[in-house]
Amino acid sequence: MVFIIRRLLQAVLVALVMSVLVFAGVFAIGNPADILIDPEATQAERLRLIQQLGLDRPLYEQYFIFLGNLLQGDFGTSFVFNRPALHIIFERMPATLELAFAAIFIAVVIGIPLGLWAGLRPNAVSSKAIMAGSILGFSLPNFWQGIMLILLFSVTLGWLPVTGRGPVGEFLGMRSSLFTLEGLRHIALPAFNLAVGLLALVIRLTRAGTLEVMPQDFIRFARAKGLRERRIIFIHLLRNILIPVVTVVGMSFGGLIAFAVVTETIFAWPGMGKLIIDSINVLDRPIIVAYLMVIVVVFITLNLIVDILYSIIDPRIRLEEAGQ
Amino acid sequence: MSALLEIADLQTHFLAERGAVKAVDGVSFKVNRGEVLAVVGESGSGKSVTGLSVMGLIGKPGKIVGGSMRFQGQDLSALSPEAMRQLRGNRIAMIFQDPMMTLNPVLRVDTQMIETLRAHRKISRKDAWTICRDALARVGIPAPDERMRSYPHQFSGGMRQRVAIAIALLNDPDLLIADEPTTALDVTIQAQILALVQGLVAERGMGVMWVTHDLSVVAGFADRVVVMYAGEVVEEGPVDRVISRPAHPYTLGLIGSVPSRNKRGAPLMQIPGSTPSPVNRGTACRFKPRCRFARAKCEDHPPLIESATGASRCWFHEEVALESREPA
Repeated sequence: MVFIIRRLLQAVLVALVMSVLVFAGVFAIGNPADILIDPEATQAERLRLIQQLGLDRPLYEQYFIFLGNLLQGDFGTSFVFNRPALHIIFERMPATLELAFAAIFIAVVIGIPLGLWAGLRPNAVSSKAIMAGSILGFSLPNFWQGIMLILLFSVTLGWLPVTGRGPVGEFLGMRSSLFTLEGLRHIALPAFNLAVGLLALVIRLTRAGTLEVMPQDFIRFARAKGLRERRIIFIHLLRNILIPVVTVVGMSFGGLIAFAVVTETIFAWPGMGKLIIDSINVLDRPIIVAYLMVIVVVFITLNLIVDILYSIIDPRIRLEEAGQ
Repeated sequence: MSALLEIADLQTHFLAERGAVKAVDGVSFKVNRGEVLAVVGESGSGKSVTGLSVMGLIGKPGKIVGGSMRFQGQDLSALSPEAMRQLRGNRIAMIFQDPMMTLNPVLRVDTQMIETLRAHRKISRKDAWTICRDALARVGIPAPDERMRSYPHQFSGGMRQRVAIAIALLNDPDLLIADEPTTALDVTIQAQILALVQGLVAERGMGVMWVTHDLSVVAGFADRVVVMYAGEVVEEGPVDRVISRPAHPYTLGLIGSVPSRNKRGAPLMQIPGSTPSPVNRGTACRFKPRCRFARAKCEDHPPLIESATGASRCWFHEEVALESREPA
């Protein structure tokens, strides 16, 4: 409990520091007024708008006004849309979340078996092919991979739609394109595109873990007990490997959300990544700040979940926590 | 009646790029029911690899290239991998040197025990749990109900080795192969573990192959001793005879190296040099470069020469035995 409270306090602190940085950052890039206000506007109109947005005050004052509003749950109003920033972000969030979840699913469900295969037969040709593939996944630019996916599966083969999110289905009160067949057809390519980097990482982690754990004495002892190979691999080996895999997957979930920008742009996926790029272009500070705050909260929450999962998988961690 | 385990001319090699590493190079011995056989030797003498060969646990690049292993009359090398698996942990059990490493750190003790039972027979989880709990109690673990739910890191080293022994003995094996199981433990814990195994041998008539480099453990514990050097057996015999009147210069050196056997203040006896390379051993007696009895005849590799009280791989075994009888 103390642990969770400590984590939440940390989260608040990080969010505050981050908001200062964003304020200073946007200030350094340029004056939103220059971009937002129609160049044809008269001086009077211009002044009125600047006052309305609060841009005439000193930066620190703007910041404290922002903080005051924040305490009341107000993240500010978008300069561009003239609507609460948080609303706009939450509208776009489900599309990005489902993309990220689908990507993680793909990375884990394909990555762990491939990594196990490559780790258990390190010298086989198939294993070397898997590892070569993972290097390609790492090193080829993500946007290029996305374009190639479209070229192959949508244009040449015509199996999957080119862009967009597709129809949204409802299941247990959640609305997502994962719940319709057409939606799944739409999400397949962007999710895979987003998953490639993580997939490559999961393969390499699983393989490295397998190579490290298999020669250990407890695996030999498990064999000496006469256990079946299946149980040795899927219980004794996998439980040990999962520790780093869970960490990396959990941590990169935040990254997937934050950096889905490229994939969302290529596949015209209406998520948050596209929103933040547009907002940075027009220096729509309230959206940028609110978006980054949301990302901070997501990261902190994920860290917390990873830590909790960790202690379930690795009992030694639980003891250390209790001992403090 | 045939022996419980009979190894004849076993050869286990590791195929390296520089040539085959002959870790076990023609080893023969047997273990009888209700008998503790100590297999003694330095690191690299091939004693552990012999144990793993019997278990069928030699992994790549290792390979059993020759010889035979008969367990209760059954040829182990003729068994399918599945038949071998059914034997492992069931009729032949093994415990290892480092108790910190033999238990899976992320699985609870009860999981690791119950799976051992269920790998070999159909039994409900609940019945298995009871058997395992009783097994923990039998090896002297206090509060076994509670300890069943613990993780390995919550046990001390000695307790972990007890857990490992409890697991090894779960299916009431006929043969226990112990690979230096007390080396990593305190002397007091070591004595407890030895007494525990001794009791089990007496109680169940189990045969034990106890691999160790520590002759002081062997003295009060084993029935017979096999001394290994450079991948082969150099001496064999009943424990009392081997310790009091060794018939091979290597055994003599090993016994001399035990500090408590030396006079206080006198320089500790040692065997000069180290084990020869296992890749190319030549045709001379393998102990010759380190032997103070060595002479021209030793250019020929000696066979294991049988006598009334065992066997020795030394051309001059009578001379060695004679010297070892004289007070130093």
